[in-house]
Amino acid sequence: MSEIANTIFSPELAARFDKLITIYPMKRSALVPMLLYAQDEVGYVSDAVVTEIAERLDLLELDVRNVLSYYSMLRTRPAGKYNVQVCTNISCMLRGGYEILNHCKAKLGIGHKEVTRDGMFSLEEVECIGACCWAPAMQVNYDFHENLTPQKCDAIFQMYSEGKGRDEK
Amino acid sequence: MPTLVSHPDEVRVLSRRFGQGAANIDKYIELDGYKAVQQAIAQGPEWIINTMKASGLRGRGGAGFPTGMKWSFVPKQSEKPKYVLVNGDESEPGTCKDHVIFLEDPHAVIEGTMIAGLAIGSKLGFIYLRGEYRYLLKIVEKAVADAYAKGFLGKNIFGSGVDFDVITQTGAGAYEVGEESALMESLEGKRGVPRIKPPFPAVVGLYGGPTVINNAETIASAPHILLMGGEAFAKLGSERNGGTRLFGISGHVERPGVYELPMGYNLKKAIYDVGGGIKDGRKLKAVVPGGASCPVLTADEIDVGLDFDQMGKAGTMLGSGGIVVLDETVSIVEFALRTIAFYQHESCGWCIPCREGTDWIKKTLTRVYNGGGNKKDVANVQYLAENMLGRTFCPLGDAAAMPTIAFVKKFRQEFEDYIAGQKAGTPIITLDQLVGAGH
Repeated sequence: MSEIANTIFSPELAARFDKLITIYPMKRSALVPMLLYAQDEVGYVSDAVVTEIAERLDLLELDVRNVLSYYSMLRTRPAGKYNVQVCTNISCMLRGGYEILNHCKAKLGIGHKEVTRDGMFSLEEVECIGACCWAPAMQVNYDFHENLTPQKCDAIFQMYSEGKGRDEK
Repeated sequence: MPTLVSHPDEVRVLSRRFGQGAANIDKYIELDGYKAVQQAIAQGPEWIINTMKASGLRGRGGAGFPTGMKWSFVPKQSEKPKYVLVNGDESEPGTCKDHVIFLEDPHAVIEGTMIAGLAIGSKLGFIYLRGEYRYLLKIVEKAVADAYAKGFLGKNIFGSGVDFDVITQTGAGAYEVGEESALMESLEGKRGVPRIKPPFPAVVGLYGGPTVINNAETIASAPHILLMGGEAFAKLGSERNGGTRLFGISGHVERPGVYELPMGYNLKKAIYDVGGGIKDGRKLKAVVPGGASCPVLTADEIDVGLDFDQMGKAGTMLGSGGIVVLDETVSIVEFALRTIAFYQHESCGWCIPCREGTDWIKKTLTRVYNGGGNKKDVANVQYLAENMLGRTFCPLGDAAAMPTIAFVKKFRQEFEDYIAGQKAGTPIITLDQLVGAGH
């Protein structure tokens, strides 16, 4: 049983949160991971997510929103099922990062932080993701794809469209 | 998955387990794993710190502070609990070395955390990974769970009578959190804004307790140093720059990758021999030698040793070891704009010189890039950047200013020619991309 009645999270996630807040010297330390893990399950940090996390951590919703607005991976609107994050920072830029980004825009027919009509993909231009030596690189949700070419991107999108992509959380 | 590379000039200390499946705890043990921590228990804190001091190891995050000395600053007696904090928020553009450590040798990070804990008398360590590194976090979490299952972590580690626990933590996307005090704020569940210093973390850190915070590579070096001896490690490197480190060579080279080279290794050789030379036989234009925040070197300035002191003398920094190579086709105006766009995006907004400075430099360079620049813009960019230096709580302001100053000083003619209508290099970014969407 979760410590919160009528939790909006799955029993697994609720149980995980029950435990998570006990491991730190100060339970507020669980806030950033909780927001991210909640987003993984719900798809974004909804108002209901904010309310429940605030309750779990004995914080004001304002405290939670204050933290939420700081971190670039946290979003308050739904993304696509597969969020495509193309790095264009220096190492990727030198090896065609913008070409990859433009290709993804054309292929998916969407721009930065937009979602395809079927909700399958969203696209984001992101800062350095720590794959500089295997540039150009992108992440689809949490999975890295490196040494990209436009053709390779097409194959990756195809794979996810068919439900065959890795989707680690 | 990252591709592992090798070169005959490499000296494999930190990377000696790479490619051997050492994320598996039994494999790690077979390859001398968890021996160093037992030695540390047998010899005691003073021996650990002296060995670390003798090793000449300097912080691999970029600042290059001597690790042994940092550990010795933590007060022996403290009313508040002491903590070890591993900074795996690797976000400096051009840097992906910790990525490989977490993937290939996560137990070395755990063992290093335990050693740091024993050295300072801490019972709890945190390993903080950037949010984007979820698959690596899972690898580290599995490694921590395996270490608990073997009884290596938890109560009475290796029969020492000492308890030690490790907690893994994920970030959620923020370059600024790589700064040590901002990382502590983030770990306390707050916005990642920096704290003013002093007090330094060694005295007042996480939860107000004395804290040692080290980069993941620094921590992962500790077990190797204890096993081989401080002096032996020191001898691998150059004067006052002990040992080896992981260098990430990226950009326009034939064989990009993460290579382990001795401190003091020649930068030119690193690019032309280790990295395989400039891609497609083109000419070298410039090198950003240690991550995006390091002042650029021109092609004529790269005959220099890769250590903290020699790079300092050359007017730049060793930084995080991320060597970014630019060939002759690169427009420095564009590269400078992309660099400042990053810092403007990542400035946490806490300190005005950084928040406003990065924004105005980006605006000015955008105008220049867009063809609407005037002659005063170059001097103005330099003026803005110089006035950010040293005027912020944390080094992000400096990290944005230093490369900007170097770009406009060393490539001033290119900026002026660009403003006069002569565009050098091949433009990549379209303006709407840079100022519109992503930034």
